[in-house]
Amino acid sequence: MSASMSALKARKYRTISEISGPLLIVKSVNDAAYNELVKVETGSGEIRTGVVLESAEGYSVVQVFEGTSGLDVDTTGVTFLGETLKVPVSRDMLGRIFDGKGQPIDGGPAILPEEELDVYGAPINPSAREYPREFIQTGISVIDGMNTLSRGQKLPIFTEAGLPHNLLAAQIARQATIPGKEEEFAIVFAAIGITAEEAMFFKNEFTRTGAIERLVTFLNLAENPAIERVVTPHVALTTAEFLAYENDMHVLVIMTDMLNYGEALREISAARAEVPGRRGYPGYLYTSLAQIYERCGRIHSNKGSITFIPVVTMPGGDITHPVVDLSGYITEGQLILTRELHRKGIYPPLNPLPSLSRLMKEATRYTRKDHMQLSDMMYYCYSEAQDLRSLVAVVGEEALTERDRAYLSFGEAFERRFINQGIYENRDLDTTLEIAWNLLIEYIPESEWKRLDPDVIKGYCPKYRGKKP
Amino acid sequence: MVMNMPVVGKIARIAGPVVVAKGMRGSQMFELVNVGDLNLIGEIIRLQEDLATIQVYEETSGLRPGENVVGTGRLLSVELGPGILTQIYDGIQRPLEVIKSSSGAFIARGLTAPALPREKKWNFKPKVKVGGKVVGGDILGEVSETALITHKVMVPPGVEGEVDYIAAEGEYNIEEVIARIRDPTGALHEVQMMQRWPVRKPRPYKTKLDPVQPLLTGQRIIDTFFPIVKGGTAAIPGGFGTGKTVTQHQLAQWADAKVIVYIGCGERGNEMTEMLERFPELRDPKSGRPLMERTIMIANTSNMPVAAREASVYTGVTIAEYFRDMGYDVALMADSTSRWAEALREISGRLEEMPGEEGYPPYLGARLAEFYERAGRVVTLGSEERIGSVSIIGAVSPPGGDFSEPVVQSTLRIVKVFWALDTALAYRRHFPAINWLTSYSLYLETLEDWFKKNVAPDWSELRREAMALLQKESELLEIVRLVGPDALPEADRATLEVTRMIREDYLMQHAYHPVDSYCSTEKMYLMLKTILYFNQKVKEAIAKGIPLVEILRLPVREDIARMKLVPYEKIREAAEEIKRKLDEQLESLLKGREVAVPAR
Ligand SMILES: Nc1ncnc2c1ncn2[C@@H]1O[C@H](COP(=O)(O)OP(=O)(O)OP(=O)(O)O)[C@@H](O)[C@H]1O
Ligand SMILES: [Mg+2]
Repeated sequence: MSASMSALKARKYRTISEISGPLLIVKSVNDAAYNELVKVETGSGEIRTGVVLESAEGYSVVQVFEGTSGLDVDTTGVTFLGETLKVPVSRDMLGRIFDGKGQPIDGGPAILPEEELDVYGAPINPSAREYPREFIQTGISVIDGMNTLSRGQKLPIFTEAGLPHNLLAAQIARQATIPGKEEEFAIVFAAIGITAEEAMFFKNEFTRTGAIERLVTFLNLAENPAIERVVTPHVALTTAEFLAYENDMHVLVIMTDMLNYGEALREISAARAEVPGRRGYPGYLYTSLAQIYERCGRIHSNKGSITFIPVVTMPGGDITHPVVDLSGYITEGQLILTRELHRKGIYPPLNPLPSLSRLMKEATRYTRKDHMQLSDMMYYCYSEAQDLRSLVAVVGEEALTERDRAYLSFGEAFERRFINQGIYENRDLDTTLEIAWNLLIEYIPESEWKRLDPDVIKGYCPKYRGKKP
Repeated sequence: MVMNMPVVGKIARIAGPVVVAKGMRGSQMFELVNVGDLNLIGEIIRLQEDLATIQVYEETSGLRPGENVVGTGRLLSVELGPGILTQIYDGIQRPLEVIKSSSGAFIARGLTAPALPREKKWNFKPKVKVGGKVVGGDILGEVSETALITHKVMVPPGVEGEVDYIAAEGEYNIEEVIARIRDPTGALHEVQMMQRWPVRKPRPYKTKLDPVQPLLTGQRIIDTFFPIVKGGTAAIPGGFGTGKTVTQHQLAQWADAKVIVYIGCGERGNEMTEMLERFPELRDPKSGRPLMERTIMIANTSNMPVAAREASVYTGVTIAEYFRDMGYDVALMADSTSRWAEALREISGRLEEMPGEEGYPPYLGARLAEFYERAGRVVTLGSEERIGSVSIIGAVSPPGGDFSEPVVQSTLRIVKVFWALDTALAYRRHFPAINWLTSYSLYLETLEDWFKKNVAPDWSELRREAMALLQKESELLEIVRLVGPDALPEADRATLEVTRMIREDYLMQHAYHPVDSYCSTEKMYLMLKTILYFNQKVKEAIAKGIPLVEILRLPVREDIARMKLVPYEKIREAAEEIKRKLDEQLESLLKGREVAVPAR
């Protein structure tokens, strides 16, 4: 997996000709390797890290993770280290806390690496993948019932500032299990530019539930260097790949907030005066995000898996924001939190209509025969209800037909009983589907159950269950 | 493609996938080169004095100025011949299964592997005799490559003369000489079962023909309202999760083409896996053989190098043209052309070219046009008349689902069919989420005759009537939004009920339902006819004073809704039964009698 590089010793230069944003231009260098790791030393002896973004005869462009503030052209030394950025990995990383580049920051001993892996990894051969199909029960109805998560899936949470996405991510991490199997998930948690308080919330959460033993944490907090954020996801995923594909573990990766990753990338791109794509983000944002998200999945003849739940903030609720939009184009669905449900006091405020799990049709083949159809039916009813709500807002409820009123009341009950649940409430799939059936029975006449096959109704509807046909 | 001494230059600069090398005088545009100590594969995309700009098809980490760049004298080409079907390749035709056996689950760099198996013997049956005259495109012999496809071994374009030698029927590998042709100057040309063709150069044909036949897809909304022809072009734009990939997969499965080329261009790995797992199991409806036997997949997923993504569409379309030249109808799907355009943009940016709209290079439109131009129904090369076609269906992924962006707009200027995916429909789980009011097909007129002859004389009338109702619906909904449904007269409310049936019972089609996934034109006809018959009867009943609510309670409506799930063999029977029930149930309503509602 590693990017081999013809071995060259470290070479030190003191020939910086320009400093611009997070970039240094170093003159008189003829042999810097593309992506080569660089040590930057200030006049006062402070050490920073960088990588080569462009290399040519006579100069090299270096990006400094800690930023360039305090650097100067005269006294700053630049050492090209003769290797690319690597992460030392070991099973001993479980239970430990690292910075955004993978250095331990918990005061514990240094990690004795079992291997040193290239941070960017190598692409998975599409013909070596195994399609994710094992249903993960999160214990959250609106996810399990209508947007299932599978082992090896990448399913982001799209959210807005002030919504309980952290609570939800933590609840998923706490409750996720494969029904019938006792294996536990190892968790790789990467904080990208979030506040210390948010990071503390996760830490407490994982400590309290005993997950800390199975947890590797990478912290790049709001106060940490912004440019470092472009590697933090890769450092975390390299570790996840090691645990999953070399140690047969099932790894759940939670990363928050991908928006900050995108912003770091934009900052570098701007400093290089690249032609921007949309809204100032570089044209390669899609590829960069894909090189992160596509690292998860399952591989043939390999027991481990990487399941990925990134949190992505939609600034101002704008789902067309480039980082959000492109995430949607790469991941296998999305869970969307809305302020509207949050205001109504519904937890999780997850609107199923724009949410999607693309792997659900496969996962539900192995759960219950009524699962997918019930989900389709819930979708149908809730979207009818939503349409009618906007109609009622204009014409009033009196104008509605009997059928319409049924859907309208369904919508309310669905939010209160199906979507809404406790932060510590862990519903198994049978419970979730039971709620769905009961809502149908109570509100929707059977002649409207068009998404359900007659034999599914006979076999699973509580109304008929146990009765002889 | 004459081999000179290979040019050897030195790397002068590396920026992402773009490398500049000096000392490259003597190399040609689009020549393949080996870059650096790792022998990465690259292609020359600009020449300036002794400088060559190279796009590298692999990750360039670790490359340094001063490392060697070695020319190959060859243009970026594909290998064509038996053994190509059922394969999965990356964007530059490296066989991913072979790569997997050498480098494991992750793709290492600097690997090469022949695209076609060299050792494998194929049973070659000659079709010409010594002394016969042949021209480029003539069929020298045949190989039964898979049970579904007979591979025609053709005289390469540009070669003609007299057959000096032709191999007897027997087992040969693709590099053995199976024929020698003496050209008019007396020179001998050796022909093997394998040919090479540079991907950026369209394969020649005699003439382009007008399309006449639909490329049937088995998808009701497409075949009924927005059909594509064999040799046609279509675009399917839509925001994320609106159903581009599912539609493309459906077409790869059901389109009545002989050969399918599917290009996963900068999209998800798991979507290719899904095809790899499903296509060997799915059966061709006619022959019962695995669909994989007619399929070639190109997978250059989003995390694979972008330059190879740029090449992938050319690799795919060249393979498609090759099968077209055998006289086959080929359908090519590219998911997604936006990712290809983005690869163009990225390379262009690194070349510091003058950017056009949203940073795309100004030649974006021209490149898209050149690509789609390689579709078409043609008379192939060769002395006997053969007709083949390539149809191209491209997915487009506009940022923010906004169709006004450059890739959608440039594409719409070229393609003849537009399937507009609608996020609002997808949110309601109305699939396929193709918007029936904004989509179009410019082939409707052309195909009218075909449908009349092959489906039903009144096909076009039914189609028009249904579309008129849908248009009426959008006007009526506008009114409802303002004043509520109560304000509408009974007849209009009836129309809304009928259009709901058209939408839910006809247009919606479940890709994953074993029966509903595919719908024959005959079944489409019967379903549409039944719904429109219902429309006619309802209007009559209302005119006779029967309240709409009572009509809506008729149990026959549920039968109509479930018609899509009736297997093809039983559909005629079912349609007649429904008509009978409808007449009967309406009759009894008219007579004021109670209709016995059958217990569930
Ligand atoms: N015809 C269909 N029948 C049933 N479900 C469908 C159909 N079309 C789409 N879907 C549903 O929509 C989901 C998204 O579809 P798809 O993956 O094709 O979207 P897309 O447009 O390719 O998105 P992206 O641009 O992100 O790749 C599917 O996973 C499936 O659940
Ligand atoms: Mg897609």
